[in-house]
Amino acid sequence: MRRPDAVGWSKPLVALLALMPLVLLVLAVLHDTLGPDPVSRLEKHTGIWALRLLLLTLAITPLRRITGWSALLRYRRMLGLFTFFYATVHLTVYLVIDLGGFWSQIFTEIAKKPYITVGFAAWLLLIPLALTSTRGMMRRLGRRWGQLHKLVYLIGVLAVLHYLWQVKFGQTIAVRQPVVYAAILAALLLARWRPRRQAMAISARRAPGRSPAPAPPP
Amino acid sequence: MPTRRPPDLPERDVTPEAIFHDRRRLVRLLALSPLALAACSQKGEAGAPAPAPPPAPGTALSFTPNPAFRTRGPLTSWQDVTHYNNYYEFGTSKSDPARYSGTFKPQPWSVTVGGECEVPGIFAFEDLIKGIALEQRIYRHRCVEAWSMVIPWVGFPLGVLLKRFKPTSRAKYVAFTTVDRPGQMPGLSYPVLDWPYREGLRIDEAMHPLALLAVGVYGRVLPNQNGAPLRLVVPWKYGFKSTKAIVQIAFSETQPVTSWSQAAPDRYGFYANVNPEVGTVPWSQHTERRIAGAGFSLFGNRIATRLFNGYADQVASLYAGMDLRRDY
Repeated sequence: MRRPDAVGWSKPLVALLALMPLVLLVLAVLHDTLGPDPVSRLEKHTGIWALRLLLLTLAITPLRRITGWSALLRYRRMLGLFTFFYATVHLTVYLVIDLGGFWSQIFTEIAKKPYITVGFAAWLLLIPLALTSTRGMMRRLGRRWGQLHKLVYLIGVLAVLHYLWQVKFGQTIAVRQPVVYAAILAALLLARWRPRRQAMAISARRAPGRSPAPAPPP
Repeated sequence: MPTRRPPDLPERDVTPEAIFHDRRRLVRLLALSPLALAACSQKGEAGAPAPAPPPAPGTALSFTPNPAFRTRGPLTSWQDVTHYNNYYEFGTSKSDPARYSGTFKPQPWSVTVGGECEVPGIFAFEDLIKGIALEQRIYRHRCVEAWSMVIPWVGFPLGVLLKRFKPTSRAKYVAFTTVDRPGQMPGLSYPVLDWPYREGLRIDEAMHPLALLAVGVYGRVLPNQNGAPLRLVVPWKYGFKSTKAIVQIAFSETQPVTSWSQAAPDRYGFYANVNPEVGTVPWSQHTERRIAGAGFSLFGNRIATRLFNGYADQVASLYAGMDLRRDY
């Protein structure tokens, strides 16, 4: 085991930061400051944080390229797992607290409301990514790990769609938030296009055969 | 679904404030325990007694409670009724109406009456309601966004007023228009709807004794954010039918064009009767989240939506022979 360096030390701090939104939500529940419809606020905030963490996770690769600070990569798994964590809390709030008592409705809800179908699909796709996030799984899957984890792009698109779709009629004009998230996602995905060919060129120039760890997904 | 008679809830049953707040604290503590889930989800309609009456804001009205119009279950608190509603003229967020309606001037006020009636004219608000006895009615309020409230309105039957204008035999519909004051209503600068806000009812719907014109809520003059000084309350229809801050009433032979059905005809019909079987994408209307009682409740808020918002006994006959799926 290697001794923790600056990144190693800062990781618990980043984890604590990532937990703060949930802590604040729990406090808000305890102090009854979530307004008249606390359930919808819980749904909204847990969902937003899942999306924010997803975008942060997706920002690591471009940020690393811009700053040249490759240690950033070491935060990525944790951010990805927190994405899954908030998405799961989000879904749990919806299923257990919001739909509570109307379990029979769950399947019709998931199947019939397009934004719920899409959101649920995004959560389902996060599961294999979370399950294969361990070092052991990375090693075992090898190249296929990178291919599997490209699913995160699809998840991003589904998550943004899930958000855009439920903006109430008329608010498309007044509320820009979901559009901003969609734009950030688009920028993060676009940032991967051209430099990828460069990356391929770089790796082609490298001596083949010696790769220290499984290649990070693009 | 048969409607049960509402139980009597006399004033003496209202929980004293101290005990009431203590109860909230207890519920709050319980809410964190997963064990509380089962206990809390029993609430639904037959829940706790009504919350304490509101603090001071607003002028008190004199009225008589009408015991014929009551609703089972706890009332929605004054705070929630007045701080969580849709009134797009002040903004599209449900906290906007309370936040941005402070400079709105509900007095002096006048209403223009026209169309197929014998007594058209411009009537001052005071003259309009002169001699009409105010009553309190506790109605369920169902928003098309699938949340609902229980609200003690103060007002009078719409029909009582409409008859004063002597609608002619050609008056098959009546249309209502909300005031349009960009200077006092910041939401009007967004082209969300084709302003001013217009709604309408068929004349038999308008004359139905359940249709109410409200001038107050919780025993006090309507706050600006709830549609002061005069608003419609049609409890068996989705909330958007209940026009706020009415400045115009027009009788017509043909069905008036209404704002929401104009903006999104596939989602919002002219009738907009509460109907769990007729869903409008992206919402289904099978259930609703009831905002009522202590204000703090995480569990057990979801209840089944009833046809005509539970007023089928009274209003179903208005729609005999109609296909409610087509005429939504």
